[in-house]
Amino acid sequence: MKRSLVAFLFFASLIALWQILVSAQIWSPVLLPPPLDVARYLGQAISDGSLLEGSVVTLKRLFLGYVIGCLIGLPLGLATSRSKYLSDTIGVLALGLQTLPSVCWVPLALLWFGQSEAAMLFVVIMGTLWSVLIAVDNGARSLPPIYVRAARTMGSSGLHTLAMVILPASLPFVVSGMKQGWAFAWRSLMAAEIYVTLLTGYGLGHLLHFGRELNAMDQVIGVMLVIIFIGLAADKTLFSPWERFLHRRWGTTT
Amino acid sequence: MSTSPELINQPPAKLVIDHVTKSFKSQRSSLTALDDVSLDVSEGEFVCLVGPSGCGKSTLLNLIAGLDTPESGTLASDGRPITGTGRERGVMFQEHALFPWLDVLGNVLFGLKLKPHLNKAERIEIAKYYIELVGLGRFIHANVHELSGGMKQRVALARALAPNPRLLCMDEPFAALDAMTREQLYADLQGIWSKRKKTIIFVTHNVREAVCLGDRVVLFSPNPGRIREQFLIDLPRPRDINSVELAEHATRITRALKPHTVQTVAE
Repeated sequence: MKRSLVAFLFFASLIALWQILVSAQIWSPVLLPPPLDVARYLGQAISDGSLLEGSVVTLKRLFLGYVIGCLIGLPLGLATSRSKYLSDTIGVLALGLQTLPSVCWVPLALLWFGQSEAAMLFVVIMGTLWSVLIAVDNGARSLPPIYVRAARTMGSSGLHTLAMVILPASLPFVVSGMKQGWAFAWRSLMAAEIYVTLLTGYGLGHLLHFGRELNAMDQVIGVMLVIIFIGLAADKTLFSPWERFLHRRWGTTT
Repeated sequence: MSTSPELINQPPAKLVIDHVTKSFKSQRSSLTALDDVSLDVSEGEFVCLVGPSGCGKSTLLNLIAGLDTPESGTLASDGRPITGTGRERGVMFQEHALFPWLDVLGNVLFGLKLKPHLNKAERIEIAKYYIELVGLGRFIHANVHELSGGMKQRVALARALAPNPRLLCMDEPFAALDAMTREQLYADLQGIWSKRKKTIIFVTHNVREAVCLGDRVVLFSPNPGRIREQFLIDLPRPRDINSVELAEHATRITRALKPHTVQTVAE
């Protein structure tokens, strides 16, 4: 109760500070609209459905690319952690590509796939895949060898060990890798949407881009707030339950 | 009851170690951990391997468990050569090695799930039997980190016993525990051993512990690792680690250990 009150006061005073800065008229209201204007934009965009539609379009692209990225990255990360050859080849490739900011994939994706959903998907997958792969690889590598030894004495080997021992044992790393992958996917998709206009659907990035074109600062700030909110909500609903489970089982304290 | 065959004691294993040699080579040096070691263990026997660190006792245990292979010589359990790990040889390590992603029941079930002919209900019944046996019936759904060091080793014991192995390898399982917890576990292990009739190979550097638990104490000497002397312990059971007779036996063995220790220091 006390914690939520503190949080509420904090955000309320942030908005108050914003209002004070607007009232002080240091900047033109075109550059810094009052909070109420932004709220009005949000209300209107919600009622005409453009915000909801944009969020759905964006989240659909994000989820699809993210899930594909994880489905490829997870097993590949496990594989590179177990094999020297794979680690010298795919592992090094992943490390290199991970350092490439994912927005750098956009020009290539456009040339390969054109202004299409496939280009978006490609950028999101590239943003997710390598960081998930590397996190899982690191996690599986740092496992105490005693787990595998103990499992062997109970008759576990090969794929069973991989699925029932190495994968669950690296779960803390897998979850933090998936979280990082999510963050990268989210960033790369936003960059791609601002960069490229697709006729197949306007996402949040496009709304942001149109806001700039129209000099509508209330829209720009409003969409930014929505993007922040979705990021927070994803963290709380997708990853927090996992992290709570891990803390409870592993006994690491929050 | 359908699970009863699983809970019946099988005839215990007989272990034959025949002229086994094992050395570890690094870039700079080579260490002969075991040099031409032979040892026979009879059915249901509790054998303690004792010696200073580096004498090869843990190496021998790893070979018996099948976690490692000898350079020369052979090991056989029940007449079958040991070529790798096997469910008929359970292992308990110095570190509890429990899986933190599973609760107590899940850990004990791990080995049972790899036994093909059991169904789910039977597995759970067997796991519960062993968790009760080690005195942790109230902690069946506890997480590993919620248990004390002694309780973790009890779970590890239950996990090693659950697949009903014929031989149990224990590698200094109580070394990291405090004295009071250890004494309780000596009593409990003797009780469990008399109930389940396993052949046990127990590695320790604690002579008293060895005398308290073993039918036979095998003394190792290092550089190269060899069997130096063997002692039969014919004290009645259950044994109390603080009894005078036990202390006398331990002193006798410690004396045998001493000249050697002095000699290594002199080298």
